[in-house]
Amino acid sequence: MKRLAVYLMAGPELPSMAEAAVEGGADLVEVGFPFSDPLADGPIIREAAHRALAAGMRTAGCLAAVAATRDRVGVPLVPMTYAALLERYGYERFVGDARAAGASGIIVADLPVDAMPGLRRIQLVAPTTPSDRIALAAERTDGWLYLVMVAGVTGPRRELPDGLRDLAHRARAVTGVPLLAGFGIATPEAAAGVASLTDGVVVGSAAVRAAHRDGPRGLRSFIASLRAAMDRPAAAVGS
Amino acid sequence: MSAILDHGYGGRFVPETLVPALDELDSAWRRACGDPGFRAELEGLHRTYTGRPTPLYRAERLAPGRRVYLKREDLAHTGAHKINNALGQALLARRLGKRRVVAETGAGQHGVAVAAACARFGLECVVYMGAEDMRRQAANVDRMRLLGAEVRSVAIGTATLKEAISEAIRDWIASADSTHYLIGSCVGPAPYPEIVGELQAVMGWEARRQVLDAEGRLPDAVVACVGGGSNAIGLFAGFVDEAVRLVGVEAAGAATLGHGRVGILHGARSYVLSDDDGQVLDAHSISAGLDYPGVGPAHATMRDSGRAAYVTATDDDAVAAFRVLARTEGILPALESAHAVAHALRMDEEVVVVGLSGRGDKDLGLVAP
Repeated sequence: MKRLAVYLMAGPELPSMAEAAVEGGADLVEVGFPFSDPLADGPIIREAAHRALAAGMRTAGCLAAVAATRDRVGVPLVPMTYAALLERYGYERFVGDARAAGASGIIVADLPVDAMPGLRRIQLVAPTTPSDRIALAAERTDGWLYLVMVAGVTGPRRELPDGLRDLAHRARAVTGVPLLAGFGIATPEAAAGVASLTDGVVVGSAAVRAAHRDGPRGLRSFIASLRAAMDRPAAAVGS
Repeated sequence: MSAILDHGYGGRFVPETLVPALDELDSAWRRACGDPGFRAELEGLHRTYTGRPTPLYRAERLAPGRRVYLKREDLAHTGAHKINNALGQALLARRLGKRRVVAETGAGQHGVAVAAACARFGLECVVYMGAEDMRRQAANVDRMRLLGAEVRSVAIGTATLKEAISEAIRDWIASADSTHYLIGSCVGPAPYPEIVGELQAVMGWEARRQVLDAEGRLPDAVVACVGGGSNAIGLFAGFVDEAVRLVGVEAAGAATLGHGRVGILHGARSYVLSDDDGQVLDAHSISAGLDYPGVGPAHATMRDSGRAAYVTATDDDAVAAFRVLARTEGILPALESAHAVAHALRMDEEVVVVGLSGRGDKDLGLVAP
């Protein structure tokens, strides 16, 4: 079965939102630790980060939100953030405290593949990434590889990018680790189309928007619509 | 697990997506540095287009009894030192085959320089500028548009230089195959700090020759304002290996080297005005060009080693120095440069070179007659 990872911003509502996402069919929850200057993020996640910061969410509070969520759901929880937070908190301390809070790995959006080889994390590769760097990322990654589908920032896109098929092929040629693709998936059709080329999808901005606009119930039904489309027999999916 | 950390300043804290573009830029830059044709073309442009060398002017009435010299970047084409970097990087963009340029601007001086360079080379030009800066530097917005640039307002966050840089980088992440990012200061991911520093070093080498001609010796001190720090790093370059005191002057409300701590902003590790969790704080300065909570990694290194000293001047200090320079020498400095002038007037050293990084026409709305 294809995997469905859902990104949610850390906050007081995280446990209930994560629960809703899992009820809808999420297999993994990425927890956004907000940063004031997130270079990889489009407007939806940026605004969610600003709301979280304005509400006082800082690193310790985000870790506590992960721990509170751990008590409510069984799926892997993966903090996703920027190097500035780890730089201040301490890289080793961050990894240790995240693990203690119940996290399964971390994602750092602005650490390229060859940066800080000692920091084990889920690596990201993009259509612009040469195959030798994809191989290095696969070798160093923590469990699965994050395929960034587009050269660009996070945010819903109307059409699936041309480069995904090539990226998925190039990654598959060098590694057996699961490949989950994200950056731009906002509809059941897109989720199913991407999942047909990979081992699963990551849904970020669209989930954050649904959670903010429609609350846990709306989030659950949105995630369920993605899950249903991904689980349909491949022949029914127009990829 | 201490192997995790590499402690150096600078680096590349960017999404993996951008790494190939930075690698491509790095190799184009190395090739250009080794190509006499590149240097010759840039020097020719500086001579005939920029108006280099800019004068080194002794300000006798500003500082009676001392020998204070102003490095007159305000007389460079487009009115500031920013053109030195903009032309050099426009040549690089052409070598890279990029037809589109994105840039950020704070006070608008870098944006105007980029717009001019792009017009000169027939490149499409998009400049991101904070909405607050567009308001307080409206004349430069008009200049950019007249030069053919598209100015995009950035209304998020502080709506100043920090957000404009972030938006320009986000544009570049999505457009690097066709676009060169022409960063305006010695900040950002490697190799940008080095490229900008090298392209601005022309000021320092000229000033060194000129002060030797005028005084028969090196100055006691060199003073320059520091926002991101490109004007200071370029002027210091001519004196850094000599027994010359180097002083950077930050805006008191944006004293990154004075009050900041080591952190990460805009793809590099350096001093950053940030809170206990690494979140970047707002800077405050009357001068849009110094209104930035980060600083170039080369300045962080010089701060730690003590090779350069970093001090502050307040908004009021800068406005007062603006007025004094106007009345004593007939020169309207940019408010950014006025911070350096203000500190030079507080110093005891006899022979001092001050970076007059830009002209003050853009600031007339901020300094009442």
